[in-house]
Amino acid sequence: MANFEFVLPPAPTSNVKPIFGEQDLIRRSASTITPPAKRQTEVAKLIDVTKCIGCKACEVACLEWNDLHHEVGSNTGVYDNPPDLDPDIFTVMRFTEWVNPETKNLEWLIRKDGCMHCEDPGCLKACPAPGAIVQYSNGIVDIDHEKCIGCGYCIKGCPFNIPRISKVDHTAYKCTLCSDRLAVGQGPACAKACPTHAIVFGTKDDMKKHAEGRITDLKSRGFRNAGLYDPPGVGGTHVMYVLHHADQPELYAGLPSNPTISPIVELWKGAVKYVGLSALGFAAVVGVLHHLVVGANRVTAEDEDNAGKLKQGRS
Amino acid sequence: MNMELSRRQFMAGAGAGVAGTTLGSLGFGAIETAYADSIRAFKLTGTTETRNTCPYCSVACGIIMYSKGNLAKGEKAEIIHIEGDPDHPTNRGTLCPKGASLLDFVHSKTRTLYPQIRKPGSDKWERVSWDVALDRVARLMKDDRDKNFVAKNTDGVTVNRWLTTGFLAASATTNETAWATYKVVRSTGILAFDNQARV
Amino acid sequence: MTNSWTDIKNTDLVVIMGGNAAEAHPCGFKWVTEAKANRGARLIVVDPRFTRSASVADMYAPIRQGTDIAFLFGVMNYCISNNNVQWDYVKAFTNAPYIVKEGFDFHDGLFTGYDETKRDYNKSTWEYELDADGYVQADDTLENPRCVWSLLKKHISVYTPEMVERICGTPKDKFLKVAQMISECSSPTKTMTSMYALGWTQHSKGSQNIRAMAMLQLILGNIGVRGGGMNALRGHSNIQGLTDIGLMSNLIPGYLTIPTEKEATLEVYMSTRGFKPLRPNQMSYWQNYKKFFVSFQKSMWGSAATAENSFAYDWLPKLDLPSYDVLRIFELMHQGKVNGYICQGFNPLLSAPNRKKLTAALSKLKFLVVMDPLQTETARFWENHGEFNDVDSSKIQTEVIELPTTCFAEDTGSLSNSGRWLQWHWAGGSHPAEGRNDASIMAQIYLRLKALYEKEGGPVPDPIVKLDWRYKDPAAPTPEELAKELNGSALEDITDPNDPTKVILAKGKQVVSFAALRDDGKTACGCWIYSGCFNEAGNNMARRDTNDPDSTGAYSTWAWSWPVNRRILYNRASSDINGKPWDDSRKLLWWDGAKWTGYDVPDIAPTAKPDVVGPFIMNPEGTGRLFTRGMMRDGPFPAHYEPFESPVVNVLAPKVRGNPAARVFKGDMEQFGDAEEFPYAATSYRLTEHFHFWTKHQHNPAVMQPEFFVEISEQLAKEKGIKSGGWARIWSKRGSIKGKVVVTKRIAPLTCDGKTVHIVGIPLHWGFMGETRKGFGPNSLTPYVGDANIETPEYKAFLVDIEPIPGPVA
Repeated sequence: MANFEFVLPPAPTSNVKPIFGEQDLIRRSASTITPPAKRQTEVAKLIDVTKCIGCKACEVACLEWNDLHHEVGSNTGVYDNPPDLDPDIFTVMRFTEWVNPETKNLEWLIRKDGCMHCEDPGCLKACPAPGAIVQYSNGIVDIDHEKCIGCGYCIKGCPFNIPRISKVDHTAYKCTLCSDRLAVGQGPACAKACPTHAIVFGTKDDMKKHAEGRITDLKSRGFRNAGLYDPPGVGGTHVMYVLHHADQPELYAGLPSNPTISPIVELWKGAVKYVGLSALGFAAVVGVLHHLVVGANRVTAEDEDNAGKLKQGRS
Repeated sequence: MNMELSRRQFMAGAGAGVAGTTLGSLGFGAIETAYADSIRAFKLTGTTETRNTCPYCSVACGIIMYSKGNLAKGEKAEIIHIEGDPDHPTNRGTLCPKGASLLDFVHSKTRTLYPQIRKPGSDKWERVSWDVALDRVARLMKDDRDKNFVAKNTDGVTVNRWLTTGFLAASATTNETAWATYKVVRSTGILAFDNQARV
Repeated sequence: MTNSWTDIKNTDLVVIMGGNAAEAHPCGFKWVTEAKANRGARLIVVDPRFTRSASVADMYAPIRQGTDIAFLFGVMNYCISNNNVQWDYVKAFTNAPYIVKEGFDFHDGLFTGYDETKRDYNKSTWEYELDADGYVQADDTLENPRCVWSLLKKHISVYTPEMVERICGTPKDKFLKVAQMISECSSPTKTMTSMYALGWTQHSKGSQNIRAMAMLQLILGNIGVRGGGMNALRGHSNIQGLTDIGLMSNLIPGYLTIPTEKEATLEVYMSTRGFKPLRPNQMSYWQNYKKFFVSFQKSMWGSAATAENSFAYDWLPKLDLPSYDVLRIFELMHQGKVNGYICQGFNPLLSAPNRKKLTAALSKLKFLVVMDPLQTETARFWENHGEFNDVDSSKIQTEVIELPTTCFAEDTGSLSNSGRWLQWHWAGGSHPAEGRNDASIMAQIYLRLKALYEKEGGPVPDPIVKLDWRYKDPAAPTPEELAKELNGSALEDITDPNDPTKVILAKGKQVVSFAALRDDGKTACGCWIYSGCFNEAGNNMARRDTNDPDSTGAYSTWAWSWPVNRRILYNRASSDINGKPWDDSRKLLWWDGAKWTGYDVPDIAPTAKPDVVGPFIMNPEGTGRLFTRGMMRDGPFPAHYEPFESPVVNVLAPKVRGNPAARVFKGDMEQFGDAEEFPYAATSYRLTEHFHFWTKHQHNPAVMQPEFFVEISEQLAKEKGIKSGGWARIWSKRGSIKGKVVVTKRIAPLTCDGKTVHIVGIPLHWGFMGETRKGFGPNSLTPYVGDANIETPEYKAFLVDIEPIPGPVA
């Protein structure tokens, strides 16, 4: 019954006590904080691409749980719909038709894309607004829309190109790992819904162990390069993938093989530290941003270009 | 129906590991703290749970509907969320994209709301009362049956059939509705009776 | 399904052919992923398209649509040739040894007795040789040239791997790999499950597609065992229930049948039912037919059904034709012979074939009544929606009445799932406006009709006026009242046959199961196979106990399954002739020396001795049928026939078009297209994001696949100059549609009989109501012909042409 270890419990309807909160923050954008003495057990969502049937239940469950309203689009000659992440959809399926040159067989590689909840989150590091992006000790990276200023730096900082800025409230949106559900002992809505348990949720250690079993099974089916995607360049992630071809993550709609945070962001991180941005007013923040990214002497066009490439994982 | 009982049985019987052990090890369920600023308030607090079955395919996944208001207590109930029933042996809380969007069925903009009649040659509906609509249906049925009912065939065998009106039954009504429908339709002698088994 | 969704975890090999479980039944498909992850099971997908099921398969083999029988017989031929047969099972539990009558034969694609003018067979030779006592003659050595096994071997010998490749377009190496994987399941300790759906039924030989796999499963010994079976994945949530309760022209609940006009009396009617056993000591369960029938009549007409009036036998309508299925009804409507039509749910304007014909037919009605929770296209067939429903309302004289109904969330009752589980559900929401539930609408129509007949009189009012309608609120029978009627009850005290002073069931009590039903009018029961669902123990359908001893996957105390809570049909066949399990690791039912015991309710009398009574008690032979006698209209064995519209001729019988026994109405044959004019093989299907025509009324599914499209291969796109994301026109002999195009590697061209066959995939979902973009459906193109036995329309294989067109001006 291996998979049913991951059946998620029923949602509570009575008053429930949140089980993590402000005191569990380990990082806060553009701020210096004292991390809690005791770190909560790290959680992770494991997406087993080899079990995924691309049904989009996760997408719909995410829309429903988060009360998102996405417009009805059009067909553009592919199954990918909606075609990309946007403020009204935090996860999308990316479909790739690939003929395996070794076996000559068609493989339909389907990857659920969304926030990876990096242990070393580039978005948070890039964020100039104090407390707009936070990281909890269990690994969740979350956005506080009250504090977000909509500058879009998180997008530049993200090696996976995930956050999107809303045209309605001009703040950044992405997967919260269902922080509201986790806070009351639930798993994320996508994992709860996933018909084949391709998405499972639990402690990061358990997820890695589960992945090992999956990889053994895949190897028995001839996928000798099956493996876990938990990229060290960002300190590992709290959303991981099991891939049939872990040696070629790019096959899966450009999943970066070695994602790292752009050097620009590291630079910016330093600026925040020295300028003490939290003490500055909004105008100053914008000024600093403009200076740093658009007109900065220290950031060359080449750096920008490199950063762009990095975020798409093609460096 | 004691939901808690069945839930406990399930946990004992099938061993739902996360609920029983892993989430527990995360410290879930015990520490009282405030939500953080970034975390949305849990939206199901204070809602009523009702067990139902997904009306789409024949896997018949168990679902839980969360409503404001309790229908069982005679209140008006508005369903605000639907998700899979983790106790259900088949779907274990999971749902497909159709099932995961069942709330959109309940609140669809194109649900039928009132009885309507479209008159011959007309290009629009006219809203009518239930009494007007049902009286009209019964009248049309009786007039056609009276005119076209075949009590005996040409060989004089009693055949009691009515072939000029047909009935197409559905695919998602309950067995109980199906039985009520069967009784009514068969009693009239309708033979042109079919359902959606074929398509 | 012979088995259940949760049982699939016990399998070693899953064959998805004629279905697409990952897309159409994702949460049921979970059990395939379970079997793969925990048992190391393998998954084979055979389909013209590389589906999402194929995306997680261990082995995918392409096949041209409509050639499944050739493929399956190819596999069967491979198994028999390589001695991969579960011999003990075949010899004991199938009709392989039985001798078939002299004269039966098969030539040039036709069985003995074909009458071309009637498109029908004289089936007199499709029968066993009986001995003087009326028992079947058998040759246990299987060597007699007229035994079923010999005839079968001869019948399938033509289906070599080369012939399979020629007909199906499946490359020989891929076919052989599939055949080899399947053949391994002839081991008593290795089991295969067949998961199929409308990809097999929607053909003019749909029933025979399923027969072919059922035969293969019998040969491999996979029927009645855990992880095995023939698993029909029903489409809709309660289409199993509606079929069980007999809402079809020729059915009475529980698969009893409506009399024909040749059966003028109950005695004549009974003379061809209640089959006598064909083997010594065999139990033939249909011998109880009369008990079920009389109890049904009592539930219809109560005290008005008496022994004196043959339990109101006359009040049942008598058929003059085999059935009035939906194709025939629309044909008659089209001829102007139908005045009224009532649709309770269903959306035939989009789901029946040849939309042009349907619109013309509906326009000839005097009245149409639609009960639905959603605004269907059928209810609006008269409304102009531009090119998506181009009609002139003023010319349509049909009166249309639309009645709003509650949806699932607002209704209480049971649904029967594919695994025959009857599960109770509870209403939890209020209707947003004035909707009512269907049962109360039917009740209120009924009460009005009854009042009119009482007041005005009319022809034969008794069946209506005397219908048993004793509900507490006659205008709104409760689900519990109706469920109890389905279960059945004692109408009088029932006494012990051996001791008449002893009352075994008091008047008014619910019967415990159908075993208590009587043919003397002392019991009533709406649907005998549902008997036990709501007895004195309470509403068993509402049970929610998740215990599953030894994790067999049975979940016997969750809800209730028909018959008598049995979870795996034919479960006695899980043990050998002596009652010992074939596979100790997958025990289901076994003989303990005195009775059958195990994890399930025995599909046989609990004390029926294993070596005496055969496991298939619904057949008077007691065995599974490799040869179906005269039960099927189109042959006692399946045979390869091309679809009526095929890109290639039938290489085995070039003169035969389609299924020779399939019914074709006048005028429809002329509307079949030929490959010269329509060169591409089209097929229709639905996508995982959608459920038929419902989910376009729901926002998020509309977001997931917003717009109608067709799918073609890269090769065909290149040939035709069609771009992915561009527009195309697709037309058949019956209609023309346009849509976006998805160009994909997942639909590859095949080579059949030396000819390249391009496939055009046409998903269904779109119409002119709801939240998706307005669009067309395959039924504007599909041919008006059904399966020879049950008239399921041939939606999976037809011919079209395609060309690029400029998109609409924005």
